[in-house]
Amino acid sequence: MIGRWRRSSETSRHESTVAKRQWFARRRYGFGVRPMTWQGWLITAIAVGGAVGALAGVQKTAGEILLVGVVGLYLALAFSLGGTKRQVVTDSRASGSDDDPELENGAAKVIVPPEIYGTQTPREIAEEIISRSGKFADTAEDGASSDSVIVVSHLTKQFGQRVAFEDVSFNVHRGEVFGFLGPNGAGKTSTVRTLSTLVSPTSGTAQVAGIPLNADRDVEIRHRIAVMTEVPGLYLRLSVTENLAFFAGLYGYRDAQPRIDRALEAVNLSSRASDLCGSLSKGLRQRVGLARALLNDPEIIFLDEPTAGLDPVASLEVHDLIIDLRDKGVTVFLTTHRLDEAEKLCDRVAILNTTLRTVGRIDDLRQRMFHKSILVSTAVPLADPEGLFSSIGSVAGWSTDDTGGYVLTVSDVRVAAPAIARALVAAGADVLSLVEGHHSLEEVYLELVGAGSMGGVR
Amino acid sequence: MIRKEFQEYRRNRFIIYTMGTLPLIFTALPVITLFSISNTEAPSIVKTQVAITLLLLLVIPVVLPATIAAYSVIGERDQGTLEPLLTTPVTREEFLLGKSLAATIPTVGVAYTFFIVLVVAIRLGASSVVAHQVWQPSWFLAELLFAPLLAAWSVWVGTAISARSSDVRVAQQLGTLASLPALVLPLLMSLQVFKPTAAVAIVIALALAAIDVGAWRIVSKMFDRERLITGASAVTMRAEAGT
Repeated sequence: MIGRWRRSSETSRHESTVAKRQWFARRRYGFGVRPMTWQGWLITAIAVGGAVGALAGVQKTAGEILLVGVVGLYLALAFSLGGTKRQVVTDSRASGSDDDPELENGAAKVIVPPEIYGTQTPREIAEEIISRSGKFADTAEDGASSDSVIVVSHLTKQFGQRVAFEDVSFNVHRGEVFGFLGPNGAGKTSTVRTLSTLVSPTSGTAQVAGIPLNADRDVEIRHRIAVMTEVPGLYLRLSVTENLAFFAGLYGYRDAQPRIDRALEAVNLSSRASDLCGSLSKGLRQRVGLARALLNDPEIIFLDEPTAGLDPVASLEVHDLIIDLRDKGVTVFLTTHRLDEAEKLCDRVAILNTTLRTVGRIDDLRQRMFHKSILVSTAVPLADPEGLFSSIGSVAGWSTDDTGGYVLTVSDVRVAAPAIARALVAAGADVLSLVEGHHSLEEVYLELVGAGSMGGVR
Repeated sequence: MIRKEFQEYRRNRFIIYTMGTLPLIFTALPVITLFSISNTEAPSIVKTQVAITLLLLLVIPVVLPATIAAYSVIGERDQGTLEPLLTTPVTREEFLLGKSLAATIPTVGVAYTFFIVLVVAIRLGASSVVAHQVWQPSWFLAELLFAPLLAAWSVWVGTAISARSSDVRVAQQLGTLASLPALVLPLLMSLQVFKPTAAVAIVIALALAAIDVGAWRIVSKMFDRERLITGASAVTMRAEAGT
């Protein structure tokens, strides 16, 4: 009873502290600067100083009345401009909605029930969410090696109370295409933004291109990586070459033309070099974005949905480019919703849904998650399938599929297949096919993420 | 950065037209007024008219860069170029200086050009009392010093608003309004609250320079990559997350 009372009291005090903190967070004055910071005081002091200066010289002339009016307006403006915290967050989501499905949908996807706010840690909250969804809660963490170009250890990012991703650990090896999969709001883009130094993690550590992820070394990291966002982000009034020249300049390349030519050649865009980006199709703009990502010969390229909105031919071209990059030893960190794309291109994949669900080679994941199986198809249904299959020692179980075929669970396909064939022939069955069962990445994904989260998956 | 901004201005004629139209109006109207003043006019009226004219000329470097600066960050975000830009090794100082110089240089150029046109026109066409009142070292010094300093103030305020706003139109409106207080000091000089001498011009210029440096420091602090991308700063989020 006492324990319960204490917990209730602590929870109440905690909630009160959180409420106070949120109230202060919502109060923003002086062009969005809180009043207690020195910037806020300075802005206020300038405005008040101006007003006092004006009033000191009052001679009841129209000019001075105007002056006081202007200063008053300025004060009103400065004190009202910041708005509330809620507005700031909403506005930023609106502004970033094109390329940031997480921010757009995150609040709706990661629903933290109000009763689990309070004394619980983010880890506990996440575990509760996962356990309530009844899905996997295990986190895969493979060992770091000297060949790893990205090493992520227990990385967490929270946006206020919202957990973008939590306790994420994985490694990416040099020269591999690493697929990063997950539903909308899973934290994929936030992870990429964290690793590309755009946002700082709430906790945990990471190394990118061998450099620790911290604010002091972010420029160093940015020299060695490239990021291609879902929206290519080009200056539409500038030509392809002008766009690339601008970005090459930001990397510090003075005579960048050879680099630009190489990048354009790599994406088959040399003939459109002088075209305005605004006149290019979406597919071509995507290629310009990819050319931009190649300018600094990066060790790691982060590609965020590189084929989103592209037609099949344009998608294939992007796939070929990714394969070329891998052949050249560039590490590709590919964020995608397209499971066929991941299956085709990725050496390894990680599946994220706020927490990391698994990391590994796709074949290994299949083996880890599904029993080996043999699919049998016959011209007419078997008279006694139970009697037939249970008599085969290497068959552990069986079921029928949607087409009327039989799915036999086996421990070793090479041993079981001949035995099954012999048994079927001996039983007089007209066998149409006998093939090894194959589980797609989609099945692995669905198993890990859950059909309930699949609404946003294309 | 500056070259890219200039390339964009060149391709967007609307920017060039507005850059030229406003100063033209601000110069033409007072010129007509000053040209109508005869040598027999009372000296106090001449002084007032000249002061108002020269004050109007100082509005040019305040108003012109305000809209450009207000677009500088929110505009990049609006067209989806901010995130690719921030993933390059460009530092926030380089980014801000590039943006501010790209807005300040043409503005100051336009302000100086129209000032020269005005004073030459007055020398050639206005009455001698007006010409004598305009061709004072203090006014020349004031224009020379105030134009870049006022433009810099306007740019920093506009950039600060741009970094915090979520809508281009709101940023531009607020940027223009918030840049106006910088006119207080030249206004005091024009209204003869301070006697318009070269020394006063230098003191006011020093005050403006100090304000500009302060504004630059504030804007530089406000330029937080995380806030620009996500809408909230890392420090705030850590505090709210309780870590």
